[in-house]
Amino acid sequence: MLDSLMRIFNSEKSGKVAKKRLQMVLIQDRANVSPEVMELIRDEIIQVISKYMVIDKTDMELSLENDDDSVALVANIPVHNMKHHR
Amino acid sequence: MSEVIVVTSGKGGVGKSTTTANLGVGLAMRGQKVVLIDTDTGLRNLDLLLGLENRIMYDLVDVIEGRVEIRKALVRHKKFENLQLLPTSQVKDKSAVNPADLMALCDELRKEYDYVIIDCPAGIEQGFQTAIAGADTAIVVTMPEVSAVRDADKIIGELGRSEKDNIKLIINRIRPAMVDSGEMMDMDDINDILAIKCIGQVPDDIKVVTSANRGEPVVGDNDSQAGKAYANIVGRIMGEDIPFMEFEKEGFFAKLKKAFGM
Ligand SMILES: Nc1ncnc2c1ncn2[C@@H]1O[C@H](COP(=O)(O)OP(=O)(O)O)[C@@H](O)[C@H]1O
Ligand SMILES: [Mg+2]
Repeated sequence: MLDSLMRIFNSEKSGKVAKKRLQMVLIQDRANVSPEVMELIRDEIIQVISKYMVIDKTDMELSLENDDDSVALVANIPVHNMKHHR
Repeated sequence: MSEVIVVTSGKGGVGKSTTTANLGVGLAMRGQKVVLIDTDTGLRNLDLLLGLENRIMYDLVDVIEGRVEIRKALVRHKKFENLQLLPTSQVKDKSAVNPADLMALCDELRKEYDYVIIDCPAGIEQGFQTAIAGADTAIVVTMPEVSAVRDADKIIGELGRSEKDNIKLIINRIRPAMVDSGEMMDMDDINDILAIKCIGQVPDDIKVVTSANRGEPVVGDNDSQAGKAYANIVGRIMGEDIPFMEFEKEGFFAKLKKAFGM
């Protein structure tokens, strides 16, 4: 399975491979050079979620994690309680 | 309305000085008053590319340190008298000039010239900060290779942090045959990645090297693909709407032409 995947990847033209790799690495690069932006994203996520849940803001983690061919924004937000909604 | 343009890249060797020399000569050929400033202090090169290496009396550092007036340090181009070069020092280092100095110099030159074009050193340290300080527009030069594009992205970020938001891109050393076979990124790929307005794509061309050998930039040489590409960029800088050219391929026709010596 992994083998056949690798083969497909390798048979791809190098121009396409270059483009994909750059798009991924630049997500990381740009996040690294602008921690302020990550901070803003974090604050806004807290605001939205706090409307519905009681969350632990200090233990919240937000990071970009990369796999071989994708980058994900991973959030770990401890929930203490659910707010009542009418 | 005059414009101060800095030519920058992050990575070294991608063609900043070549671009600066060609834009300078190209704009001068179109009747514009142009001054080029070499800020790669310690690694002076623009004089050689323009064939002016034997005419230098004073340099940028002499001007900044107040030893001579700007006027006396400018070197006039042999063929185009509306093109001047302010060379830099080959012995001092990049700390000899700071951003405020260069900004003041640009504002002075702006009064007399249509275009002030600054050739930037590689890197993102003080030399870069100095070179961009007085600029209205930044031209980022890159090549269709992963490391050059990544460094261009970094430079674009740095420019943004310094509130330089008018940024344009030149993609240099494109190899059309490699692009055709899918083994090299093309302009659209790089546009997708960097999202910066592209004002030129320059093919890899031996005439760039042979013209540098002679100290005569290739711009305007219509037998050269790179020469045509630079002339188009000059037009776009002057506000003309020029479509991107198709590169000549080493295909059947090119081979036939060669065989008949055309
Ligand atoms: N379009 C091109 N085709 C062929 N060679 C080129 C091209 N552009 C630049 N070069 C060569 O690449 C080298 C580096 O160019 P240079 O302008 O000195 O880069 P930089 O100023 O960014 O360090 C030089 O030897 C130059 O002749
Ligand atoms: Mg250079």
